[in-house]
Amino acid sequence: MAFESLTDKLSNVFKKMRGQAKLTEANMDEMLREIRVALLQSDVNFKVVKSFVNDVKEKALGQDVYSKVNPSQMIVKIVHDEIQELLGSEQEGIQYEKPLTVIMMVGLQGTGKTTTAGKLGYRFQKEGKKTLVAACDIYRPGAIDQLGAVCEKAGVGFYQEGDKVKPVKIALHAKEKALKEGYDVLILDTAGRLQIDEALMDELKEINHELHPKEVLLLVDAAAGQDAVNVANAFNKDLRLSGVILSRLDGDARGGAALSIKYLTGLPIKFAGVGEKIAELEPFYPDRMADRILGMGDIVTLVEKAKEAIDEKQAEKDAKKMMEGEFTLEDMLRQMKQVQKIGSIGMIAKLIPGMPKITEEQQAQAKKEMKVFESIIQSMTPYERRHPETLRFSHKNRIAKGSGLTNADVNRVLRRFEQSKEMMKQMKQYQKSGKMPPRGGFGGLGGF
Amino acid sequence: MGLFSFLKNKFSKEKPAPKEEETSREAYEKGLAKSRKAFASRLEELSKRYASVNEEYFEELEQILIEADVGVELTLNLIEKLLDQAKREKISDPKTINEALVDAMFVDYATKGDSIQNEIQFAPEGPTVLLVCGVNGVGKTTSIAKLAYRYQHKGKKVALVAGDTFRAGAVEQLTVWANRLGVPIITGPQDADPSSVAYDGAKFAKANNIDLLIVDTAGRLQTKANLMQELGKMTRVLSKEIPGAPHEAFLIIDATTGQNGVLQAKAFKDVAPLTGIVITKMDGTSKGGIILSIRDELGFPVRFIGLGEKMEDLREFDLDQYLYGLLLGGATDE
Repeated sequence: MAFESLTDKLSNVFKKMRGQAKLTEANMDEMLREIRVALLQSDVNFKVVKSFVNDVKEKALGQDVYSKVNPSQMIVKIVHDEIQELLGSEQEGIQYEKPLTVIMMVGLQGTGKTTTAGKLGYRFQKEGKKTLVAACDIYRPGAIDQLGAVCEKAGVGFYQEGDKVKPVKIALHAKEKALKEGYDVLILDTAGRLQIDEALMDELKEINHELHPKEVLLLVDAAAGQDAVNVANAFNKDLRLSGVILSRLDGDARGGAALSIKYLTGLPIKFAGVGEKIAELEPFYPDRMADRILGMGDIVTLVEKAKEAIDEKQAEKDAKKMMEGEFTLEDMLRQMKQVQKIGSIGMIAKLIPGMPKITEEQQAQAKKEMKVFESIIQSMTPYERRHPETLRFSHKNRIAKGSGLTNADVNRVLRRFEQSKEMMKQMKQYQKSGKMPPRGGFGGLGGF
Repeated sequence: MGLFSFLKNKFSKEKPAPKEEETSREAYEKGLAKSRKAFASRLEELSKRYASVNEEYFEELEQILIEADVGVELTLNLIEKLLDQAKREKISDPKTINEALVDAMFVDYATKGDSIQNEIQFAPEGPTVLLVCGVNGVGKTTSIAKLAYRYQHKGKKVALVAGDTFRAGAVEQLTVWANRLGVPIITGPQDADPSSVAYDGAKFAKANNIDLLIVDTAGRLQTKANLMQELGKMTRVLSKEIPGAPHEAFLIIDATTGQNGVLQAKAFKDVAPLTGIVITKMDGTSKGGIILSIRDELGFPVRFIGLGEKMEDLREFDLDQYLYGLLLGGATDE
């Protein structure tokens, strides 16, 4: 079930009714059905979808979409704006208090509390706030070690009393230490628990009661399903949450749970986890999330991802080499790897609005092709990589054997390389003459 | 007799079952109590509210399925089939419709893939290797401990491989379990190449007549190409060392997972020879309906189900009991 984007779905509805000039009420219903399905596939809660679709219908009627030239785009825009409005327009950060801001992290098991505690600490520390993180998860084996390692990476203070002391005691002692030693922020990492586990929920209530944390943040996995709202409601009822952190937004989960939680509880989503590295926690941007839930393509994220993955200096060097015609197979491989780092080809295509649709087979084909390139180039000697023109039949035979592929594959890679080089030469000429290159210029790099 | 009534009879009127089966059933009932409460009582309540079925009734059924994370496509298919059947057989009694729904779910699951052997299929000779993978935080390590416990109690010599060299504390976590269970564990340094740890594990298993070697892997989002390739490499290294390895590869899925679960299964299938799913955290309020979508689309069967935190709480997956616990059981006694 590769999720089609809502934009695609709606344009399909329109294709079906080609010939009919205008949107009718019947077509409108079909569109609303597609919106409904798209939201449900993104894990937006059923009840939220229901009232949401009604809102969209009313808005659409109010704006008289029937008479518009491109009603499907109009409707997508209405849906988009509505989601964005629901998620809130402003990014909401942490509320601090003097002399010490206490932050408690809570959530189900496996939602990323410990990692996120470290990431938050790293962030605060970078803002010049001295941060202490306390290990209040005494149940999961290895949890304290994990937090200790994460804190070391983050360069923040770490407090633990092993797994025999009651978490509320640990929290109180940590607070004493934080106040005495002039910390600005104290983060409490707590054990994951089911919201229906009364004993463990009581433990959190006690910590909440004793320490009055300024922020109680619920961790929610971006891949969470329909039940996420029940979890959020239960934690909110017992602990009066101050916000939500969405973890693992770097995957391909649409994260509809975020919308549902905001819609039903009003709790702001303050941060989103976007990778495994310590710095990969970002403020949550409601507008980007709207695009993601709809599968509309998030060009901003793509640009940022590309920036992260591509070593700019190297890229500049490569470009210069290309222009000078010194582009080698090694350079080509490195570039292919950089592109791979940005994400799968399919991901990239999804992130670019209006990019022609690539089928899954085509994606798989391109992926395979990359692998062929890589194993062939890696089976060459460094000299051969720089001077592929010297390759004889016997060399090619050896390379084919070494990479487990055929001579034809080797020839194909070399041909592709020649094409790329040729293209570079043309580019150079175009550049000199000041004319634009023909469309589809860089087709040589790995087949896309 | 419909399948529904067959199941109901099987579970409510059956003579006292053999002891082991009884405890297994109790475990299901206890573990699924929370998820079942909402679900089953809603079905029951629904059929009481309607004298005969109408469009609204089907809409409400649809809601129940979607809210269980069954997935919108499968749900719409099931409901469509149900509507057809109702029309064809002129069914208007809500209870009969509910039975037909369970039948449809049962049949869909049973026919969408190979027949199911829950227990690990041991190699005729030499160590059997089980690779355990999944996204972050689904409960891989804990499930491994429970699986080790299970097969240790079946008289197998079990060893663990701490293949998650990435997450801080992961090796320690698995080592704690290994010590508690008294099984050997093969570890490497933090950030070591997991394939080399897997290689050491395979060597150890061969040298020490291990029956079951369970290989832990780091949690990884299925979109991270390099990490997924690393998993592929581990698979290749294992198969070079022990023919046919990994003989089993389980994908661990968290019951709270929404529609992304299908994409997870699709992506992991490409790099590891998946032989089944283990669904964890079924003792919460999530219904884990995504397993039905995964079976429907990809054919992977659920092999084990995590019904609680205790070692014995990882049970063989039993479709009867799952659907019974989820849809029917408890409706009468609650």
